[in-house]
Amino acid sequence: MKTQKQQLTAWGRFPVVESERVLFSHYDELADGVSSSSELIAFGNGRSYGDSALSSVVAPMLCSNRFLGFDEASGVLTCEAGVLLSDIIKVFLPRGWFLKVTPGTKLITVGGAIACDIHGKNHHVEGCFSECVESFRMMLADGSVVECSRSENRELFLATCGGMGLTGIILQATLALKPVKSQNIRQTTIKTRNLKDTFEAFEAYSGQPYSVAWIDCLAKGKSLGRSILMVGDFADDGDINYVEKRSLSVPLDFPTFALNTLSVKAFNMLYYGKAKMGESQQTVGVDSFFYPLDALNNWNRIYGKAGFTQYQFILPKSVSYEGLSEILSAIAASGRGSFLAVLKLYGPANENYLSFPLEGYSLALDFKIEKGLFPLLDRLDSIVVRHGGRIYLTKDVRVSRETFEAGYPELGKFMSVRQSVDPKRKFASLQSKRLGL
Amino acid sequence: MSKMVLILGASSDIAKAVARELAGQGFGLILAGRDMQELEKDGADFALRYSVPVTCCFLDITDFESHQDFWMALNVKPYGCVCAIGYMGVEEEIQKSQSEARRVIDTNLTGCMSVLDMMASHLELQGEGFIIGISSVAGDRGRASNYHYGAAKAGFTAYLSGLRNRFSLLGNNVKILTVKPGFVDTRMTRGMNLPAKLTAQPEQVARDVMRGLQKNKGVLYSLWVWRYIMLIIVHIPEFVFRKTKL
Repeated sequence: MKTQKQQLTAWGRFPVVESERVLFSHYDELADGVSSSSELIAFGNGRSYGDSALSSVVAPMLCSNRFLGFDEASGVLTCEAGVLLSDIIKVFLPRGWFLKVTPGTKLITVGGAIACDIHGKNHHVEGCFSECVESFRMMLADGSVVECSRSENRELFLATCGGMGLTGIILQATLALKPVKSQNIRQTTIKTRNLKDTFEAFEAYSGQPYSVAWIDCLAKGKSLGRSILMVGDFADDGDINYVEKRSLSVPLDFPTFALNTLSVKAFNMLYYGKAKMGESQQTVGVDSFFYPLDALNNWNRIYGKAGFTQYQFILPKSVSYEGLSEILSAIAASGRGSFLAVLKLYGPANENYLSFPLEGYSLALDFKIEKGLFPLLDRLDSIVVRHGGRIYLTKDVRVSRETFEAGYPELGKFMSVRQSVDPKRKFASLQSKRLGL
Repeated sequence: MSKMVLILGASSDIAKAVARELAGQGFGLILAGRDMQELEKDGADFALRYSVPVTCCFLDITDFESHQDFWMALNVKPYGCVCAIGYMGVEEEIQKSQSEARRVIDTNLTGCMSVLDMMASHLELQGEGFIIGISSVAGDRGRASNYHYGAAKAGFTAYLSGLRNRFSLLGNNVKILTVKPGFVDTRMTRGMNLPAKLTAQPEQVARDVMRGLQKNKGVLYSLWVWRYIMLIIVHIPEFVFRKTKL
């Protein structure tokens, strides 16, 4: 097996580990790599935030990136797991097709999208990425390759979607795209004064397929939970002349003091202040609506060399208002702020054993890694657990085993599938070892 | 009706990168190689990404008897050809095995010449088109670490030079481009400890190739710095060179 040593990290740039990459051109070379390694995990484009794709040995899947077939009539695409969502958009949006489910960055692999069962602004209507997956082919710990779908190897399918790569390596997938008549989105922006307003706005606009709110997590008192809610849907102007925009790059690591309470407070004030009071309409392109951050390459460097983590949790709808108020107060009191704080109302959970969404509100916040952060997050964890919520593994780098287990009631089913396809726990990451998976 | 380009050694990393550039410019592709299953997957990808016609054909370059049939079976004769076939082998093993030595020479030189001769005759009739031959800096001077490969590539470079001379004298629109990559990050060099600053990615080589083709260059080094590295190496006096470990 040919390997190459390198320093490996994911989007949060914490932690950085030394890892060996398995070099392969054919699947039998990959199977060789799998059998020669005592532990390994698949690695896509490194856009998970924490340690879910970090291990002493990784199988880098980006090179496995071919389109294998497309049905023009039904929009069903078969491709290798290393294809980026951005590739799919670049090739198929000009032909009138878009992803049914897309997260806030298009720079992730299809394999990663399945393994994390990612979701987007339209979760309350379309569910998670796995909803559009008809089937996939994966390699197991013994090197064998199997097909999975809702009718074939069903339990393995339910375990692998959201299974964080711990059941095997996804090699290729068949997914359904959706027809669209435009590359433009008609967007409505609603500015709210507090959390109650924000919740009411989410309910009022739940008919719109896409909705997400940016929330000012440093606002206190009467303004706790003030937000800018953005809702929208595809236009039907027939303009599908999509050309990918060039992006800028952050050329260096910002010094660690750049992002602090004052600078984040200032940013939040300006961002919130800039939006018009009440409601306003705009027409924006897919890149601006879905992927505003992709316009800035390496934006993670703004957090400095020490890196950052994203804390994302979800609470059941009935307790969301009270749970979020408590959490937002705790964050505002700590002074640790994130200018990227995203609030979203989700639809019901699916059947996948470790899929994150459930019917309720999720909040995602970026925090610079620094002293005192992890104790704060532990305190927030206890509020989340007390309200029957859970943490999103794709963003996580530090959640405890207890908090994790409390949040995922189907864990037992996941573990029995894992035990049957990977009894020696060959597929393992730093995260899986931390969580006892 | 798209102009087709024949890609010899289509499974190679450099071939795939050049094929992508050509498909991006609207050329159809004829992928020739031995691993039909992989070629078909590559072909499906090129066709979907670039909306160009793609066909796959089996070709074992060391099976000389099959070359004529291979050429005759091409329904559409290609407008251009990229020859990216290469086999380096392991020098210590080649020294002990006559069959390995023949394999290196046939794969890199005589096999390619056989098919390219057919392409050249067709180009003479067509009056325009191109051949892009991926040679190597290893052909500029033979060194102990890979001189069988170097000898074959040296021959290949001379062959392409002669072809270029032939077509220039004929005064038609046929371009013959010799590409001499230095270190490239591909399957061929996998596991070797190559200096990062001197090592090109296949995509870079492909971009250089397209630029070279457009400007009708004769010999192209990729990365460009290798032209100057080899200029020095080629001029080291023999009594010094014979003692070096390059």
